[in-house]
Amino acid sequence: MTATNALPERPQRRVRGRVSFTTVISWMLRITIVVTLLASAVSSVLKDRYSIDQWFDLVAFGITIGSVYALIALGYTMVYGVLRLINFAHGEIVMAGSFAGFFVAASLDSTGALNRYPILGFAAMLAIALLVSGGIAVLTERFAYRPFRHAPRLAPLICAIGVSFLLQQSFRGFFGTGLRSYPDPDWLMPPVSIFGFDVPAVQVLVVSSAIVVMVGLYLIVHKTRMGTAMRAVSEDVDVATLMGINVDRVVTFTFALGGAVGGIAGVFYGLVFKQVHFFMGFTPGIKAFGAAVLGGIGNVPGAMIGGIFLGICESVAPALLLDGFGIPAPHQMRDLVAFSLLIAVLIFRPYGIFGERLARRRG
Amino acid sequence: MTTAVTTLPVLHPARSLARMDMTLALRAGSVAGIVAVYAAAVGILKVFGQREVIVDHLTLGHVFLFSLAGACGAYVWTRSKASIRLRVINVVIAGIASGFFLVALIALMANVNLRWMFTALSSDLLRSLIYDRGAVGGSVLFLGAGALGAICGALLIGLPQTPRRCLVWGLSAVLIAGVFQELIQIALRFGWPITSLRTFLYVWRGLTLQGAMIAFATAFCVCWALDLGRRHLRRRRGPADIDVAIPRLRSQLASAVLLLCILVVFPLVAGSYIGQVMMLVSLFVLMGMGLNIEVGLAGLLDLGFVAFFAVGAYTMALLTADSEFALAHYTSLPSLTFWMALPLAVLAATGIGILFGLPVLGVRGDYLAVATLGLGEIVRVLVISDAAKPVLGGAQGILQVPKPTIGGIELVDPMHLFYLTLVFVLVAALIAWRLEGSRLGRAWTAIRDDEDVAQALGINLVQCKLLAYGLGAAFAGLAGAIFAAMLTSVYPHSFSLLVSINVLALLIVGGLGSLPGVIVGALLLIGLPEVLREFNEYRFLFYGVLLIVVMQWRPEGLWPSPQRKREVRTPRLG
Repeated sequence: MTATNALPERPQRRVRGRVSFTTVISWMLRITIVVTLLASAVSSVLKDRYSIDQWFDLVAFGITIGSVYALIALGYTMVYGVLRLINFAHGEIVMAGSFAGFFVAASLDSTGALNRYPILGFAAMLAIALLVSGGIAVLTERFAYRPFRHAPRLAPLICAIGVSFLLQQSFRGFFGTGLRSYPDPDWLMPPVSIFGFDVPAVQVLVVSSAIVVMVGLYLIVHKTRMGTAMRAVSEDVDVATLMGINVDRVVTFTFALGGAVGGIAGVFYGLVFKQVHFFMGFTPGIKAFGAAVLGGIGNVPGAMIGGIFLGICESVAPALLLDGFGIPAPHQMRDLVAFSLLIAVLIFRPYGIFGERLARRRG
Repeated sequence: MTTAVTTLPVLHPARSLARMDMTLALRAGSVAGIVAVYAAAVGILKVFGQREVIVDHLTLGHVFLFSLAGACGAYVWTRSKASIRLRVINVVIAGIASGFFLVALIALMANVNLRWMFTALSSDLLRSLIYDRGAVGGSVLFLGAGALGAICGALLIGLPQTPRRCLVWGLSAVLIAGVFQELIQIALRFGWPITSLRTFLYVWRGLTLQGAMIAFATAFCVCWALDLGRRHLRRRRGPADIDVAIPRLRSQLASAVLLLCILVVFPLVAGSYIGQVMMLVSLFVLMGMGLNIEVGLAGLLDLGFVAFFAVGAYTMALLTADSEFALAHYTSLPSLTFWMALPLAVLAATGIGILFGLPVLGVRGDYLAVATLGLGEIVRVLVISDAAKPVLGGAQGILQVPKPTIGGIELVDPMHLFYLTLVFVLVAALIAWRLEGSRLGRAWTAIRDDEDVAQALGINLVQCKLLAYGLGAAFAGLAGAIFAAMLTSVYPHSFSLLVSINVLALLIVGGLGSLPGVIVGALLLIGLPEVLREFNEYRFLFYGVLLIVVMQWRPEGLWPSPQRKREVRTPRLG
């Protein structure tokens, strides 16, 4: 699944010498953004408000949350590659996985099994979350997206928004409006020491398992028959059909895979933030979409890198950039950073960081 | 298909048909049953159960379950191709199957504690539905009612057209009279003859059994009489006389005028609470017309629309409020009145609209939706943040925004505010209507259909798109300014993404690109949940379902514009 033909928003090359209004605006924007960012970064470093330990914490947290974003972004990127559809409901599928993991953990915790068998308990959480999210994703595709396979683009997008609300509000109705807090097993208590810095065990667990999942996914997409079929469909649906690939099955498989990875991401997200809520899927969903675009949509390794990059930016940027301006409470601006990055990517590099290079190499 | 077809299995046709019908019945029944269990788990059934249609006899929950069974019976009846006897059996099976799922839920709830997981599954939920009959009696009741409902549905669909229509009218009349009893009772409070009608039909809690019968009989007879009259007319005129084009246009115009009359007169009759609801509806109509320019005409899907609404509201508040955040408080600007601030608010929103438009000019299609969503969220985060608190008041918002005055009289009554908004809506509708057919409107439509072709035809994309953003934002800014004056305060929490989704949903449901559609959509999606307060909690659930259902089965919306209807209904060539 590479980025070659997933680039509908690629600007046409203009005749040199003719400068249009839009280019002027976009260049002015770029220059302003770069100059402000540099100025604030310099002033923030000069102020020297954060110790090296704090910077390390920020980066470590960024990598943790970034690997969760990466897992979510994989679902977006695979679905977009195959169907050219932004699966707006993907954030809600992540939320469903988080809830599933929570209920498994809570029921295990009430009997004390979660503390006695940490590996088994963790595996059970992941397995149930994976099944629930994958199942919901497949159902969504079957009943809400398949009728629009050949419809104009606005229709499936609006339907996806509808699905997103239906899922979100159903969970609200099922499980109530309140926050539910994830159980905190003993084996996640002691911090782990890396390079002399103390890192919470949750972060180590999340990052390492996320890496395992990502490697597994990469192998599925690139080494198995179904993965090859997926990449073929994302290259060209018609030719793939002619080659005897059952597109419906590939699409179902893609949704199942993306949903399953999303469910795992949901459990990790719950473990990191220690709570579940029916609205929790929305913001990480949108951010992860930005990460997917950042890595070049349809590009699996790109989504992983994009996610981690976004996580680090979101975690470090408020301290690095906004503190320089003397803005009060910069940590409130985390979402702001992520959304600004999302918009900047959509405007300036809709084909992603690697998109163009890959396209050129193939062309 | 490359498999050999030489050995087709020989099946007994009648038996295979019967088996097929059986699976059809079971499947239809299971779908209905699963929907019922879902409704129970999500809590809708509980809410429905609290709304009485006929006092002490029938709640909306019963109606919901019964019509679910009826729908699956009707479906089986029309789809089944077997003999009548088999069809009846199938219908009954489907009905029982639909009831079976709730019985299973009762059994499950009796043995397992589901409450810690599903908050809505409390024991009193089903008790009210089965009239306190216990688990066994309740189960029998559910199965029997399911079968009965399915048979009723099949009967209804099997009847000839005239009695069916009359029955549907009668049942709807009872439903409306029961569900909207508060409104109707308020409307019936005038004078002697009407008041006695009210005591005849209603007790204070709702519709009586006697009242329900009267409502049913009246609607049934009216429908029958209308039908007779219509048939009589047709016989006298002859069938050839029916001209299609002109009467349809005239009837559309007539119904549009009727809609407007309802908008104007209804709040007068129904009291000041309805005035308030209609005020909200008309604000959303304003916003809907703005978003209609962006999405319906120019095809720019904007999910950050609420930002413009917020800009209008905050501008109004900053310019007129009597608080420490008002501009007049710490600058030399004078404190403005509503009427002076209104054009400024609209102007500010337009400016922000164009500013929003500038960066996302080059972004197309679904990316645009996400980009605008991000912009809207950025505005929200900024408004709530501590950084903007000294200017915008943070999460506490800005208080003491004055209400508008006309000739020294302050418009306090929601009814007056409603009529004020209505005037704005009419002006805005006139503008939107004239824009639609104008050169600019046609350019927008061209951009929506194909951007590249539009550009090749000499349409200035930049200018047109920016105008779409600016004008759309102007409508939203106007709505926001009125909103601030209506609430006399501005909070950031009023400007969440949900407002954008609200506006989009009402556009889709009413019909993209259609002005009367906006009004219908706003009445349905904003007005109805406000009137039926207990459903308010589930309104976004219903929106989600509505979006999916409308996109799948009626993509042109409930009141489509003629052009859009043509586009959607004619299959594409090539």
